[in-house]
Amino acid sequence: MTSTVGSVARVFRIMRSKPLGALGGLLILVLVVTALLAPVLAPHDPVKMKSTDRLQAPSRNHPLGTDDFGRDILSRVIYGARISMLLGLGAVAISTILAAIIGIVSGYYGGRIDTILQRCIDTLMAFPGFVVLLTIMAMLGQGLGSVILALGIGGTAGNARIIRSAVLAIRANQYLEVARATGCRDWRIITRHILPNIAAPIMVVATLGLGVAVLAESSLSFLGFGVPPPTPSWGAMLSGSGRTYMIQAPWMAVFPGIAISLAVFGFNMLGDALRDLLDPKLRGGLR
Amino acid sequence: MSRYVLRRLMLLLPTLALVTLLVFSIIRLLPGDIVTLMMSEQGYAGDKAKLEQMLGLDQPFYRQYVTYIGKALRGDLGVSLWTKEPVLDEILRRLPVSLELAVLAMFFGLLIAVPAGIFAAVRQDTWLDYLFRTSAIGGLSVPGFWMATIVIVSASIWWQWVPPMRYTPLARDPVRNLSQLLLPAIILGFALSASVMRMTRSMVLEVLREDYIRTAWAKGLSESVVIARHVLKNAMIPVVTVMGLQLSALLGGTVIMESIFVLPGMGKFLLDAITWRDYPVIQGINLFLATSVIVLNLVIDVVYGFLDPRIRFG
Repeated sequence: MTSTVGSVARVFRIMRSKPLGALGGLLILVLVVTALLAPVLAPHDPVKMKSTDRLQAPSRNHPLGTDDFGRDILSRVIYGARISMLLGLGAVAISTILAAIIGIVSGYYGGRIDTILQRCIDTLMAFPGFVVLLTIMAMLGQGLGSVILALGIGGTAGNARIIRSAVLAIRANQYLEVARATGCRDWRIITRHILPNIAAPIMVVATLGLGVAVLAESSLSFLGFGVPPPTPSWGAMLSGSGRTYMIQAPWMAVFPGIAISLAVFGFNMLGDALRDLLDPKLRGGLR
Repeated sequence: MSRYVLRRLMLLLPTLALVTLLVFSIIRLLPGDIVTLMMSEQGYAGDKAKLEQMLGLDQPFYRQYVTYIGKALRGDLGVSLWTKEPVLDEILRRLPVSLELAVLAMFFGLLIAVPAGIFAAVRQDTWLDYLFRTSAIGGLSVPGFWMATIVIVSASIWWQWVPPMRYTPLARDPVRNLSQLLLPAIILGFALSASVMRMTRSMVLEVLREDYIRTAWAKGLSESVVIARHVLKNAMIPVVTVMGLQLSALLGGTVIMESIFVLPGMGKFLLDAITWRDYPVIQGINLFLATSVIVLNLVIDVVYGFLDPRIRFG
């Protein structure tokens, strides 16, 4: 009982010292709950079209109005949270796992392997991120899976570099030498000693990566190269008809845009606060 | 110094080789049905064998690569399937538009970021600092394309202004050209300013704690003199590096702005090429951008050595 009270008190103390981070965490909590409870929260079917309800202004029945197909914007924004979370988590899982493998191999083994891997990372980082995304999409073709894969691959290079520097920072520590001296194999050292010690930077990288993924997906969908219709993706809601009817029905474009901004803002705030709390060494080095 | 430059140039070779290998692979990694799609959708060739021959896919891999490098070194990036013009000519024709947009965006980005970063650092932990830092994260969070859409719509509602559909080159009518590029440049610059402001703030904070700054204060210099003469000079160098690293993000951002503001730059060309499945153009733009980023970063590093005597080349 006392430990629960203690940890609650600790959470409050952290929230007091990092009010912006707490705000970010709150936004993300709302986002996750919305995504999970979408069928309960959404007042209407997000893909059901109703020609009599076209382009209606916000009202009691449609709090955020309707689009040019008569679909309820609020329901689409709520279901859009699902797509954004799904895409973000999928992409971040891919980029973090790949980056962790590259970063650990590079940082732990060092030497020639490190040099070769770092040259590859240099090469990848020379390509503008958004151009890489578009090119991968051009190769894979449209679809949810392609977007996740493209965002995942696109995020790998930068993350690998950060994880490598985290590994380098702990490599010189004595406990690794002791582990090696007692005859530990590389695999055991990596899983038992390195991974737990770089968990903090990995968490920071993943949180900030979620924000980047949500933003990049919306840009891709906006240009028409992301998730195909009628999937309610925030970015897709802003493209095409969202722009065409912008003057006539501004609610079509305003609300999905606010949703994207709040979600990305939340991930950025939370990621920043986590970085300050967990890993003061990385401060300012991520962007 | 010259040995350092030489060494950096040598290191450039493997990176460039990898860049060409990657760009070269783009077309080779295409799933088979895309080639069929290119044929049926766009009608680039009568049959699959003909199209594969046009794309050079009928040769063994290593020979294709050697041919590709040889041509690239002579400035031959292939021919666009859609416009039938050499890819390099098409890129160079559109380069000035993207370049002007990028330079203007960088100018506005610095104009916002540097003063904001200095103020936030000098008034650390005041409401001003929190305001600037929160807006910086806000700048990183709001999608540029959304901001652009909102700006265009508001302008058309309140001032009946719509972005012109026809692009006016800088040389023909500078005023009209600038009025066309100003909005996208400011929006891009705002997004760019977020990370630069954060870097400026943390660098200024670091320099403010140095001994020579305490000495400057002790001499009784005014705040503006301390900041301008002593802090800024020393804090700006890492900021320039961040600008260099932002370069590739900036080039990515131009794609979206060019598409929204109907500017005939490289980004718009890339989007069209993707729609047309014009893979030689996609390859060409990737190769061109990556090479430019690598070369520009090298130039920035070397220029540093002249600007900052503390950096030793080893």
